[in-house]
Amino acid sequence: MLSESNSDFPMSQKVLLNATEINIALNRLACQLIEKHDDFSKTVLIGIQPRGIFLAERLKTLLENEYKIKSIKLGYLDITFFRDDFRRGLKPLEANKTNINFIVEDKNVVFIDDVLFTGRSIRSALTAVQSFGRPLEIELLTLIDRRFSRHLPIQPDYRGRQVDAINGEKVKVCWKENDGEDAVYLINN
Amino acid sequence: MELSVNHLLGIKYITEADIQLIFETADHFKEVINRPIKKVPSLRDITIANLFFENSTRTKLSFELAEKRLSADVINFASSSSSVTKGETLIDTVNNILSMKVDMVVMRHPNPGAGVFLSKHVKASIINAGDGAHEHPTQALLDTYSIREKLGDVAGKKVVIIGDILHSRVALSNIFALQKLGATVKVCGPKTLIPKYIEKLDVAFETNLRKALEWCDVANMLRVQNERMDISYFPTTREYTQQFGLNKKILDSINKEIVVMHPGPINRGVEITSDVADSKQSIILEQVQNGVAVRMAVIYLLASKIKHNED
Repeated sequence: MLSESNSDFPMSQKVLLNATEINIALNRLACQLIEKHDDFSKTVLIGIQPRGIFLAERLKTLLENEYKIKSIKLGYLDITFFRDDFRRGLKPLEANKTNINFIVEDKNVVFIDDVLFTGRSIRSALTAVQSFGRPLEIELLTLIDRRFSRHLPIQPDYRGRQVDAINGEKVKVCWKENDGEDAVYLINN
Repeated sequence: MELSVNHLLGIKYITEADIQLIFETADHFKEVINRPIKKVPSLRDITIANLFFENSTRTKLSFELAEKRLSADVINFASSSSSVTKGETLIDTVNNILSMKVDMVVMRHPNPGAGVFLSKHVKASIINAGDGAHEHPTQALLDTYSIREKLGDVAGKKVVIIGDILHSRVALSNIFALQKLGATVKVCGPKTLIPKYIEKLDVAFETNLRKALEWCDVANMLRVQNERMDISYFPTTREYTQQFGLNKKILDSINKEIVVMHPGPINRGVEITSDVADSKQSIILEQVQNGVAVRMAVIYLLASKIKHNED
């Protein structure tokens, strides 16, 4: 998909993480989660729609299969209706499915998203999750942390890789199950 | 995806793609209104005026709830307690309200075409909440949405609308919506209450209730609108009930389980008996809940077309 668009548009791209590096990062993130959350009995994972759910699913599978942690609670949170840029873009915002079939009251919540950029999505997610109760604590896990580009005072608690990218550049995270390969690209338009 | 229109004046003016977009958006809002906290902040910078020049209970409540669930600011207006009784014109009334910086108007009016007229003269998104015997688009959207939810799809389904078709804006909007979504529509009722134009709409007409029920997948029962009847359209209410009233006996005697709908308010014992209205075949209360989700979707999608820098 990317190579096709590459021939159509004059843009360059560079691999930030390949499949092996992503796998190493995922294992490290899983271990860091275990260090803090032990058996996950008081912890729930929440993937931020639309792109955070692939990472969240991967971590859940990894924790259950490799690290033998049973019954990890995972939900999907859509933040569309909570965004602060409604009617500022050219197109209406389209929603995705929210699927949280547990109560977050008094739980340790871990937000999971692929890229942390301005921090606005996470701000919206912090508001959106209140509809499901009052969590004891909320943490943030991202695969890619684009530092120096934050609009809000939000930082990740767990990060896969820190990246310095300028505003015109785009970080794209590809997942095998959705995009055909595991890779992270830095695209320069 | 966005709507092809800036106002919702009638089902006649929107496309099938618009209806599908409204349904998909309503799915998300249905999930939202079943959360412990049923509110989202999307429309916190939008002000909506509900102008009701005619009585309404559930439509008004449903719209108001939908607006509040989206965090819009809401002002209400009922003509019985306003300057309309002092002779103010519709445009003046609405312009006065709009000068208070209102972005959207939800209007019910006794005159057909009032919404279309208004949309040409004022600068705000207009949602028609019923104009005389013309259209009631959000009711048709929630009815078809409820059919989709119950039966999986609207396309290919057979729907009969039973009762007072002549005075019903619900019937006309439903016919447009069902046909756009690929359903087949029949109407059933006393001949005096079937409008002459019905055949031009490609809608078949049946006077025998049993035959109509045996044919259909869904029966949408309409209320006998006594308040709109200037002359007598049928001899007595009792005779109407005997011929066109839906009761448990006739429902059990047909060979399949059909879905029973009613837009409300119900005249229990006239067009529908209590045991049918409260049976598990009836989706009357689902319709009411879906009404809020569908209206949230309509308001959300129209609001997303309002741009900040226009004023």
